[in-house]
Amino acid sequence: MSTIKKDTSNINSLENEAIYILREVAAQFEKPVLLFSGGKDSITLVRLAVKAFYPAKIPFPLMHIDTGHNFPETIEFRDRLVKELGLELIVRNVQDSIDEGKVKEESGRYASRNQLQTTTLLDAIEEFKFDACIGGARRDEEKARAKERIFSVRDDFGQWDEKNQRPELFDMLNGQINLGQNVRVFPISNWTELDVWSYIERENIEIPSIYFAHTRKVFLRDGLIWSADDEVVYRDAHEEVIEELVRFRTVGDMSCTAAVLSDATTISKVVEEIRESTISERGARIDDKRSEAAMEKRKQQGYF
Amino acid sequence: MEVIKIATAGSVDDGKSTLIGRILYDTKSLTTDKLEAIEKTSKQRGYDYLDFSLATDGLVAEREQGITIDVAHIYFSTAKKSYIIADTPGHVEYTRNMVTGASTSQASIILIDARKGVIEQTNRHFFINNLLRIKDVVVAINKMDLVDYSEEIYNKIKADFSELMSKRDYQDQKITFIPVSALKGDNVVNKSNNMPWYKGQALLEHFEQLDKADIFNMGTPRFPVQYVIRPKTEEFHDFRGYAGKVYGGELSVGDDILVLPSKTRSKIKEIYFYDQKYQTASRRSSVTITLENDINVSRGDMIVKEGDLPTIDKEFTANVCWMDSTQLVPGAKYVVQHGVNKVLAKVDRINHKIHPDYSGIEKDVTGLGVNDIASVTFKLNKPIFYDQFKNHRTNGSFILIDTQSNNTVGAGFIQ
Ligand SMILES: Nc1nc2c(ncn2[C@@H]2O[C@H](COP(=O)(O)OP(=O)(O)O)[C@@H](O)[C@H]2O)c(=O)[nH]1
Repeated sequence: MSTIKKDTSNINSLENEAIYILREVAAQFEKPVLLFSGGKDSITLVRLAVKAFYPAKIPFPLMHIDTGHNFPETIEFRDRLVKELGLELIVRNVQDSIDEGKVKEESGRYASRNQLQTTTLLDAIEEFKFDACIGGARRDEEKARAKERIFSVRDDFGQWDEKNQRPELFDMLNGQINLGQNVRVFPISNWTELDVWSYIERENIEIPSIYFAHTRKVFLRDGLIWSADDEVVYRDAHEEVIEELVRFRTVGDMSCTAAVLSDATTISKVVEEIRESTISERGARIDDKRSEAAMEKRKQQGYF
Repeated sequence: MEVIKIATAGSVDDGKSTLIGRILYDTKSLTTDKLEAIEKTSKQRGYDYLDFSLATDGLVAEREQGITIDVAHIYFSTAKKSYIIADTPGHVEYTRNMVTGASTSQASIILIDARKGVIEQTNRHFFINNLLRIKDVVVAINKMDLVDYSEEIYNKIKADFSELMSKRDYQDQKITFIPVSALKGDNVVNKSNNMPWYKGQALLEHFEQLDKADIFNMGTPRFPVQYVIRPKTEEFHDFRGYAGKVYGGELSVGDDILVLPSKTRSKIKEIYFYDQKYQTASRRSSVTITLENDINVSRGDMIVKEGDLPTIDKEFTANVCWMDSTQLVPGAKYVVQHGVNKVLAKVDRINHKIHPDYSGIEKDVTGLGVNDIASVTFKLNKPIFYDQFKNHRTNGSFILIDTQSNNTVGAGFIQ
């Protein structure tokens, strides 16, 4: 037995903060849910939740809004994780929202189901009467870093009134809401991408294989590398399929998640690569500009 | 080292964005695309220098769209530390936003334009930093390049500021003066050759060498119970753990403790962090504690060391920063959230308003408007267990919640 050296690294203090937030959610809300995408941020959230409530189980379910365009590796991973940890998983499908005529499938070159997720999510919140949805958004992802709170209040339509956000002082999180409102919670708000990766490495957390460098059939468009999966990703005839050693930095919808050239086959190599790309002036980072902008818009409309 | 959060304060055009951009640039925290954008835009505008204020252009864009930004967070790290800069851009609602940003910060930068010197805004910035008891404050005298790097001007501003310092309530606050040029990079990350008369450290050097003791107050441990963990599994059949964050000091296995409000005595049996048991929980760690005796503890209760009690009372007086457009008036009822504890409170009286620029107090006030700071006495429907803010930042602060809208409408610092 020894002293917990909580102050020795920044990740420890971020971890302590996130655990505190997750416990506040469990204590302040009646029906919280953790939004799980299968990506590294939501996997990190699950790990933090396991730690927060040990030896009890995580006192809320996971929910995946499935676009139907996920990388198969992500889905396999999701199901295994849920089984191993004995968690409750709710899946709601964008396909169902399309079939019910609630949303219309996009078509053409940049077709994606990213936008459509919002409707499915809001319907699910309504269906289960969730009052708090935990998400893995980070402030460093966005150009305007200031917008979100740790507890961000949404109205019935999933919208937030950015002009009227609650100030958050000290550690105190105000989870009181009116009827019809719910709260989006961001426990890893203050983490950077590098923090998340360093944590995954330190905790030895398993993540889907597509985060590591692998050979894949891809094609190039707008200077970005796209997965050549004709079922899901629209490709012009002249856009030639080639094989490259790539990995993904995020594992969202296949139709709008670009790959990066990489030979990082292990977690420590990935961490190294991220570290280099964020701090060096000539980092080989290819930013997925299109999906970044799309993400921004989605957030305003009620998604994360 | 923990993440260190720095609040920034300065009036419009004093060079806050430029300073932050410069720090990001010199610490190589800007990504390639951002850097290219800065180079390109600076050239287009015909500048012979790089306009670093463009590094935070996301915020500017938001401002143009009319979105209120109260506190912006900017992240960077060095080999030694991770930093978060909490920047408060707007000038409307400035007090409220600065209080919010400073409440989670351990250090701060107050920016002064060397050509303008100490202005009324500076008084406010300093007042709030002092009210919030930020331990380490840097007064950055900027745009030194525009005053020929003059030592005289620097000394004059320093003397003016020192006059303010004599009026402050929190005298132990450490204040460091640094002459900088955010635009040219003098004394920001790297020491400048243009001011050989300045013997101190560059701005970032200053923060790099800060130790925990320089920015955190060590004191008495307080453990507000956040959540009770009862697994009810076969393996952990009788497990009853109290989850929470340790504030102010350390707790160890074997410590004699009291549970408030019942004042039941017990001893700490185990300290868990996830599945590991530890001898000691250090401050700000989110642990789970078990006790020797089987007593009833619930959320909102507080575990403290025996012989080290906070004040337990149904009444207190606090400095309140009001943040809502609806006035605070005597007789009004609010929810007081004190840590994880909530009680109903009634405004007993407004003692006086405090001008946040050191120009004195105002008596006989009938109500508080947004951005007002005042001494207010509250009566509660249940006792809370508090320390004075000056002795315990966490256990001496609270927020006020409107019972109708559920919004956070004020913050208070218990006297
Ligand atoms: N000469 C000089 N100009 C500066 C310096 N710092 C900022 N400026 C200029 O002052 C103006 C306002 O700066 P900005 O960073 O936008 O101020 P903010 O409103 O405080 O964010 C800009 O034109 C900057 O280029 C400095 O150290 N020297």
